[in-house]
Amino acid sequence: MIPLSSTDTVPANDAASDAADVAGVAATEESGAAAQAATDEIREAVLAELTAEMGEAVVGSHLAAGVDLTVRVTSDAWATAAVFLKEELGFAYFGFLSAIDWLPSPFGRDMDSQVDLTLEPSEPADPDLMEQGLAGGETRFQVLARVNDIVNHRAVTLKADVDEASMSVPSWVPVYAGANWHERETWEMFGINFVGHPGLRHIYLPGAFEGNPLRKDYPLLARRVKPWPGIVDVELMPTEEPDGADGADKADGADNRQGAEAAAAAAAETSDA
Amino acid sequence: MTAVSSRQQLNYIAAQAADARVNLEIETEGMTLNIGPQHPATHGTLRIVAKLDGEQVIAADPVMGYMHRGYEKLSEVRTYPQVTTLINRIDWLGSFANEVPFILAAEQLMEVEAPPRAQWIRTVLFEMSRIANIVLFLGDMAVQVGAVTPIFFAFRDREHILNQIEAATGGRFHPNFDRIGGLKDDLPKGWTVETKQVMKKMRSFCDEIEGLVMGNEIFQARTRGIGVVPPDIGLSYGLSGANIRGSGVDWDVRRDGTTGAGGLVHDELDWRVWTHPDGDSFSRFWVRLQEVRESTKMVDQLLDGLPSGSIMAKVPRIIKVPAGEAYVETENPLGVMGYYVVSKGGLVPFRVKIRSASFNNMSITPWLLTGVYVPDIITILGSLYFILGDIDR
Repeated sequence: MIPLSSTDTVPANDAASDAADVAGVAATEESGAAAQAATDEIREAVLAELTAEMGEAVVGSHLAAGVDLTVRVTSDAWATAAVFLKEELGFAYFGFLSAIDWLPSPFGRDMDSQVDLTLEPSEPADPDLMEQGLAGGETRFQVLARVNDIVNHRAVTLKADVDEASMSVPSWVPVYAGANWHERETWEMFGINFVGHPGLRHIYLPGAFEGNPLRKDYPLLARRVKPWPGIVDVELMPTEEPDGADGADKADGADNRQGAEAAAAAAAETSDA
Repeated sequence: MTAVSSRQQLNYIAAQAADARVNLEIETEGMTLNIGPQHPATHGTLRIVAKLDGEQVIAADPVMGYMHRGYEKLSEVRTYPQVTTLINRIDWLGSFANEVPFILAAEQLMEVEAPPRAQWIRTVLFEMSRIANIVLFLGDMAVQVGAVTPIFFAFRDREHILNQIEAATGGRFHPNFDRIGGLKDDLPKGWTVETKQVMKKMRSFCDEIEGLVMGNEIFQARTRGIGVVPPDIGLSYGLSGANIRGSGVDWDVRRDGTTGAGGLVHDELDWRVWTHPDGDSFSRFWVRLQEVRESTKMVDQLLDGLPSGSIMAKVPRIIKVPAGEAYVETENPLGVMGYYVVSKGGLVPFRVKIRSASFNNMSITPWLLTGVYVPDIITILGSLYFILGDIDR
């Protein structure tokens, strides 16, 4: 083994970080019980600073104590919020940027079904039942992004509604260079435009591809031509009592199937005879 | 010998300038070089369209999608336990580590916590998949600069790790072993003793690579000062893992996690985060080598302190995840990996956003490759270390 120069084996911050590690461990042990409260203070401070700066542009927020912070801003303030987080609050690290389509799948309960809808069609889902998640929302599409402050070890998930008429939000590329590919992916998968992006073009799909595959109303063709293989997983164990209507239906279905098989076997026997 | 008159001097300078102009005109025509999609340096099917000016890259554009499998859409029609089968195949060299953040996100939504023994074994396998993954990188990086032997050493020694992973989980590459609320099985008899021996082998492998590759003059000449990533640029591109720690940023999600990654027990171990101030290809290699050593020590500590007890919390047989949203990220072999899981209370996730490390790590390449020379493209790509399944998902 060839020994390396001292600058390699001992990084510049070696001694300092060792000391910090020791101190950090001690601090964690001391404040073990108070850790929960401490994290909340950190997240509350982020929320307070965002609200103070952005004012009415912050239209919703959700703070899960000791878990996570989600803040929803107006789509106009989408880029300015990023600038403020990066420049003023030190959220230098770009995590990801994506979108959510809140439309209940028009393919009935296909996407979260207990029965196979290619065999047993059901009522289409009511689009009015659309329900947005944490920090609320009013539109079908929401963009979301996550940034970290790696010095103070805090992070925030940012959301914004996307106006369905224009389907566009300001781009984050001037703020976080890494948003470039993420916005290309979101544009391709959801059809959301990012105003100010240097070149929105396909990233995964071929150039002539039509449609936005991650939209809920884009059918997953594999599911249209083949039954859902997961159907086998939701059958009840023989010992379990069926609970609720679904379970009863399943049990009935299973009985029927057995009955049908028995009948078929009987028919086969009679025809043989 | 006559003195050169000032007039002659001026003529000479003018001629040089004219030559340079001609050269410039020829060079600007340039050349487009396609690297990949079937190039050994691309770890799969990545294609890089490089516009060259002589030997210098003036623009590089990675083209992805040759392996896009649409896991985010497919996850929407699969139950939670079925999703782990898919996401095993994102980073195929460290498969178990892919399952962990997703399972933790589901556990957070269900408010279930795995029993201590399950958490410890989970961390053991998590670190072992890191070793299995990075060991191959250590050998592969040498191939990028023309040394073929180390990759065979890497394959030889990775086999020990894969054998242990197979013994514990039943799968060499795709364990599919993590469950919501715990693990599929307990460890087999005698496994801890064997694993400790394997860890010793891995440490000697690290020493071997250090002597064989890192001290090598050619390797140093090809990697030192090549592909320098300044920390602020790296952070704004979302670089993570050894790529950002190689730029001197002291940040590791295992230690500094902001999401409730309560299912791993790195806090209870004695280990440290390695950084290197240079930010070049060499420093990324160096940090990864130290990380493998650190991981072997972690596995040893974990196996010494393995608590007894059950390996599965009480969860319903049919897993329904309550409505809500959760984001959990962990420090995977390639960098930070996270899952944003949205549930509507059904059997399947409503939306799964997969934040994979390589996607962000590669997004810096158009910036980083601009201005470098053609042979350096290969070492820079090698040192950024991506797995194509982790980019395309």
